[in-house]
Amino acid sequence: MTRLTLSKALNEGLRRALEADPKVMIMGEDVGRLGGVFRVTDGLQKDFGEHRVMDTPLAESGIIGTAIGLALRGYRPVCEIQFDGFVFPATDQIVSQLAKMHYRSRGQVTLPVVIRIPFGGGIGAVEHHSESPEVFFAHTAGLRVVACSDSAEAYSMIQLAIAADDPVIFFEPKRRYWDKAEVDTAASLEDALPLDKARTVVAGDDVTVLSYGPVVRTCVEAAVAAGEDGRSVEVIDLRSLSPLDMETIIASVSRTGRCVVVHEAPVYAGLGAEIAARVTERCFYQLEAPVLRVGGFATPYPPARLEDHYLPDLDRILDAVDRTFAI
Amino acid sequence: MTVETGGATTVAPQDSELIQLMTPEGERTENPNYPLGDVDLKGLYRDMVLVRRFDTEAIALQRQGELGLWASLLGQEAAQIGSGRALSPKDMAFPSYREHGVAWCRGLDPVRLLELFRGVSGGAWDPEEHKFHLYTIVIGDQTLHATGYAMGIQRDTAEDEAVIVYFGDGATSQGDVSEAFSWASVFNAPVVFFCQNNQYAISAPQERQSRVPLYQRSRGFGFPGVRVDGNDVLACYAVTKKALQAAREGQGPTLIEAFTYRMGAHTTTDDPTRYRLASELETWRLRDPIERVRAYLARSGEADSAFFDEVEAEAKELGARVRAACRELPDPPPSAIFEHVYTGANAILDAERADYEAYLDGFEEAAR
Repeated sequence: MTRLTLSKALNEGLRRALEADPKVMIMGEDVGRLGGVFRVTDGLQKDFGEHRVMDTPLAESGIIGTAIGLALRGYRPVCEIQFDGFVFPATDQIVSQLAKMHYRSRGQVTLPVVIRIPFGGGIGAVEHHSESPEVFFAHTAGLRVVACSDSAEAYSMIQLAIAADDPVIFFEPKRRYWDKAEVDTAASLEDALPLDKARTVVAGDDVTVLSYGPVVRTCVEAAVAAGEDGRSVEVIDLRSLSPLDMETIIASVSRTGRCVVVHEAPVYAGLGAEIAARVTERCFYQLEAPVLRVGGFATPYPPARLEDHYLPDLDRILDAVDRTFAI
Repeated sequence: MTVETGGATTVAPQDSELIQLMTPEGERTENPNYPLGDVDLKGLYRDMVLVRRFDTEAIALQRQGELGLWASLLGQEAAQIGSGRALSPKDMAFPSYREHGVAWCRGLDPVRLLELFRGVSGGAWDPEEHKFHLYTIVIGDQTLHATGYAMGIQRDTAEDEAVIVYFGDGATSQGDVSEAFSWASVFNAPVVFFCQNNQYAISAPQERQSRVPLYQRSRGFGFPGVRVDGNDVLACYAVTKKALQAAREGQGPTLIEAFTYRMGAHTTTDDPTRYRLASELETWRLRDPIERVRAYLARSGEADSAFFDEVEAEAKELGARVRAACRELPDPPPSAIFEHVYTGANAILDAERADYEAYLDGFEEAAR
């Protein structure tokens, strides 16, 4: 076991993938010499060369569009979009081309492209640097959408995403890049939890809290605090946002009878809405309370001095947990 | 502020900037920069006649309700056959959605092209088998795919391969095309940008897209651009051949503007009489890409009437085959909706499929 920051864990995972398959390549803005603005690709160009770790022109549509062409040629590009708010210039290539090519070719063309996107707020950034655009992609058939929450997950999930033959949108919790945790870099990828499975982070009996990405840690903190008040909170890290691992979710909520979904993205038409609908369909008679959601408001991401109000924090999560008992 | 709304200037550009090896009257001209070498002019004629016939049949099939839509290539046969025949077997072509002539050159059965327009598939031929990518409908997207593919060729150090990508005058306004120009240029990618300037993006004349001639667009990106008479199959062949060879030799991208004219409607839903004059079409009819070759072949004695009869008979046969094959393209079963969204299992999708199949089975059981 090694203690690594989440950024370094991704770096090690990418290095493993580059070593394992000569067709894997990394491309994006400032990913080469600089090593990425969050240093996720630090040192990789030096070790694998400019053809495999490529600094691109500053054009997001160009990054994804040429990655599609490289994938058509047999490569497995791992693209970095520098910040969440900069993915939108590439949306056409992602939604109209990348997501649909396997379908429209009736399986003859596979595009194993990974798009890494640092997402979420909490770092005091200027606008367009703190967003959570995951639901746009979860809504797009043909894409797999995942989010990692800690160093160990980051290390295995990035390798699983690169090994997957579907296009994968890979969200990284940017405010957790410098969090450290134990990572077993000797573990075999075959033993890793599959990419489409959720993971129970904290076991509990009274209420299920579902989350992903940066707020998983906040949910764990909430579970500890609730435990002090005698409430047993189960925290599940969804990991995969498309497809959702409904079996794990249903198994937990059927047992606890209560469900709270937490994400940074706006609550309105967010992933929580999809989960609430599915949980209601499947667990109607087991539910003790409506499924509640905690997340961003129906506003643009606010200026940084207001973001503490916008982001789900310990107290808002606990408030929602309490409300599932009050109803 | 006044807005210029004048019609398209569709007169041929200055001769000095237009590469032409055969005049509209069917006279051969020489250009020392574009030596022709051995070229099978009769073969090019045959190709053009056959794809025009296929196109005519497809329009008729749409009128009969067999196709939902058709995008005609009428008038662009020389641009497509000339460039298409300039490709070597290993070169990869990325079409827009009107490149039926290029598809023909790549050996793709034209009936496969009808699938997309009939609505039975996304046009699911194997791109690598034919070295011809799927049609791309979102304007300009494929220029980036082609550039990326060319960057893959560079990584494979495959020095005998190049890429050609087709797009239109309207596409030059798209950001993706500018991005593709940038990328191809800075990476010196072996890609030829083949722009068929057919003068209109549906109703918008070329002047609405650009203040400079399109072939000059490449200058600012740092690679050469050339304008060719797009209705001259020999010039299109020679210019494309040279650009592809330059790409293979590591000289990077070239922009080719094939100056041509969309003689038909944008698609079968379009009515071009609303935005252009009949006299303009008449002017371009005199520059017909097929007629000039026929005139040359007949006058020079390179082909006799038996040859022309033979091609005509072959065209009729193709038409009959396409008509019959189109009508026989079956509707896919409902389960096809759910296939190939992902490469493997997907719990959410698989559950939807199971639910829908059970729902459909319910009707069958009720009918029993």
